[in-house]
Amino acid sequence: MSVKNQFSRAVLAMRVGLFIPCYVDQFYPDVGMATVEVLEKLNLEVDFPAEQTCCGQPMLNTGCTSAAVPLAKRFVEIFAEYDYVVCPSGSCTSMVRNHFHELLHDDPGYLKLQKKSFELCEFLHDVLGLTRWEGEFPYRVGIHQSCHGLRELRLEGCSEEMRSRPQKVKGFLSGLTGIEFTQLKRPDECCGFGGTFAVAQEAISVMMGDDRLEDHQQAGTEVLTATDMSCLMHMEGIIRRNKIPMAVMHVAEILAGRKPTKPWKPSEIKPASA
Amino acid sequence: MNAPVHKEHAELASEFVNNRQRAKWHDSSLWFVRQKRDRQTQTIPEWEQLRSLASTIKQHTLAKLPYYLEEFERNATKMGAVVHWARDAEEHNRIVCDILKNYGAKKIVKSKSMLTEECHLNPFLEQNGIEVVDTDLGEWIVQLRHEPPSHIVMPAIHIKKQEISELFHEKLGTEEGNSDPTYLAREARYHLRQKFVQADAGITGVNFAVASTGGVVVCTNEGNADLGVSLPKLHIACMGIEKLIPRSEDLSVFTRLLGRSATGQPITAYTSHFHGPRPGCQLHIVIVDNGRSAIRASQDFQNSLNCIRCGACMNTCPVYRRSGGHSYSNVVPGPIGSILAPSQDPKSHGDLPFACTLCGSCSDVCPVKIDIHHQLLTWRRELAIKKIVPWTKRWSMSMASIVLKHPWVYSVGGKVARLALRVMPRWMIYNGLNAWGKQRDLPPAPKKSFRELYRQRGNSNGQESPSHKTNVSNGSKDLKG
Repeated sequence: MSVKNQFSRAVLAMRVGLFIPCYVDQFYPDVGMATVEVLEKLNLEVDFPAEQTCCGQPMLNTGCTSAAVPLAKRFVEIFAEYDYVVCPSGSCTSMVRNHFHELLHDDPGYLKLQKKSFELCEFLHDVLGLTRWEGEFPYRVGIHQSCHGLRELRLEGCSEEMRSRPQKVKGFLSGLTGIEFTQLKRPDECCGFGGTFAVAQEAISVMMGDDRLEDHQQAGTEVLTATDMSCLMHMEGIIRRNKIPMAVMHVAEILAGRKPTKPWKPSEIKPASA
Repeated sequence: MNAPVHKEHAELASEFVNNRQRAKWHDSSLWFVRQKRDRQTQTIPEWEQLRSLASTIKQHTLAKLPYYLEEFERNATKMGAVVHWARDAEEHNRIVCDILKNYGAKKIVKSKSMLTEECHLNPFLEQNGIEVVDTDLGEWIVQLRHEPPSHIVMPAIHIKKQEISELFHEKLGTEEGNSDPTYLAREARYHLRQKFVQADAGITGVNFAVASTGGVVVCTNEGNADLGVSLPKLHIACMGIEKLIPRSEDLSVFTRLLGRSATGQPITAYTSHFHGPRPGCQLHIVIVDNGRSAIRASQDFQNSLNCIRCGACMNTCPVYRRSGGHSYSNVVPGPIGSILAPSQDPKSHGDLPFACTLCGSCSDVCPVKIDIHHQLLTWRRELAIKKIVPWTKRWSMSMASIVLKHPWVYSVGGKVARLALRVMPRWMIYNGLNAWGKQRDLPPAPKKSFRELYRQRGNSNGQESPSHKTNVSNGSKDLKG
């Protein structure tokens, strides 16, 4: 990659601690590997501290704050030694940045961590100052704007707000040769995952997922992507159950140069231009 | 949760979604309003500044609320209005009923007021032999159906025109099968006109009360509030303490936001100002607390009192649109209702803060910048502390926390779970106990976790610089469903 030459020695000397969400670790290991590859392509020193487990978001989101506190404390200790913490999830990054305060208050270790924790695309954009990513991806891509990345980290502008913001996700992807973006009727509606909501409110959750996928289908999405694997896990579950011809990939996988496969049949799908 | 008197949101929502076609219709109707709102707000370049300004004005007013309430009372009284103070719903209802009884009023027309809904004024007055007719068309329709409104701005949004036709045929004797909206609206107008003419008194809500003038402002689209208080000689205006704004100059900030946010109109069709009674008439203003002081005193929930009842959070809420207003079992449904309801009665409304994916759309659409989804999250914590969150949830989260404190327990547990998912027959995985799997597949369970792949790669690659293509990807994309 030519981009690496743009960085100063100071940037290249920094140590990046990789925060891989627990469910990505267990169910989507390739998303973690793709994240490693993206960062290493830039010649950054990346380390995955193996003591990490979960940031505690499931506990916080069900109101069980006391169960989340020890996990947040561990997290702060584990990642204290790094210059930056990078995570392929907007939701888990937002947990650290915006919600650990409810658990740890003004703990000095936390306040330091808060400033150096970034979602992957955000890290590339805000810290490294990248605006383009080189590569090839000749497919019709539908971006699912995961809510926490969108509205808690402000990775992109949302349809409710009347102000423009930099496109930290779509901006990167648009540099890829051959990529086309599909136009959705509702560009940033929630997919209905919502953590335990997906199970506690199964009926609404699935209807929301169905509606998102219907929108992507009418728009001609071949590859569905997002900054959060949790939203994609929910929609992939519906895709596989109903044999919807749509591939699901995390943004990191696209940036790392992976090719799409249908989630219910491991054969490669045809490029859009074909 | 702790056996509320009504069904929980999840159950009612599931029933609503069971009729998928209708749920889709409901969703699109409200999304249409949300889009109208977007188009209108796009015409205001300073929209985000307006929101901030409105929020600042409300926060300022709330901080100095006792001062502004007294100033309002002084100025309203000076203009000849009678100001009453009600601590709670019961006192509010008694005050209104006493005013009506003293005046000898038997027939009342009421324009839309969420406060009187909150206080359940209608049944109270009916028990006291007073007839109340809701004159907002939507509100009148739900009154004829003996059900509560399902939305605070569009009370009958859940009802189709064919059903209104049937209702009018049964109650008013309109033509059977004629569901032409113009025909039905004309019939409604004819019937409501008689109620207006016969009315002894008019009751309205209040959208804004201006402290510096002592005037109250009522915003409607149908003009029913104006007619309802212009024909009879007695006007009772009921308002919560949070309706105050300091000066007339502040009003335009809110009127610009209200109509656009509520229905995508530049302004409501009628914005009526009442400054004291007309000659020979009476104006009573009933100012109600009913739990608002407690919300004001709470750091976490205080800014929910910014609410101007525009309903934009309902129109944007992906859950509300698909579950309908009645699934919330509260006078104010949707996101803002899910904050207000548990403060009134946490036991009976403890399910509402969980009827949400925390998507945050409500907070961004809110014209007065209430951080709605964060408050819903805070409510979940409060409910867990009060032990209103079911013990199964609290227990499972505590257990998960213990596992996650020990990386090796977590790793081994994950490995066992993934193995089980790979080797167990489908019927053992997908059964009645697995709510996830009812309409969705579980994610494929890879043989190796990320941490295993990462460790192996370190061992085989050593510290050599990573190559463009790493082989590990194939193993994890092993998607044998």
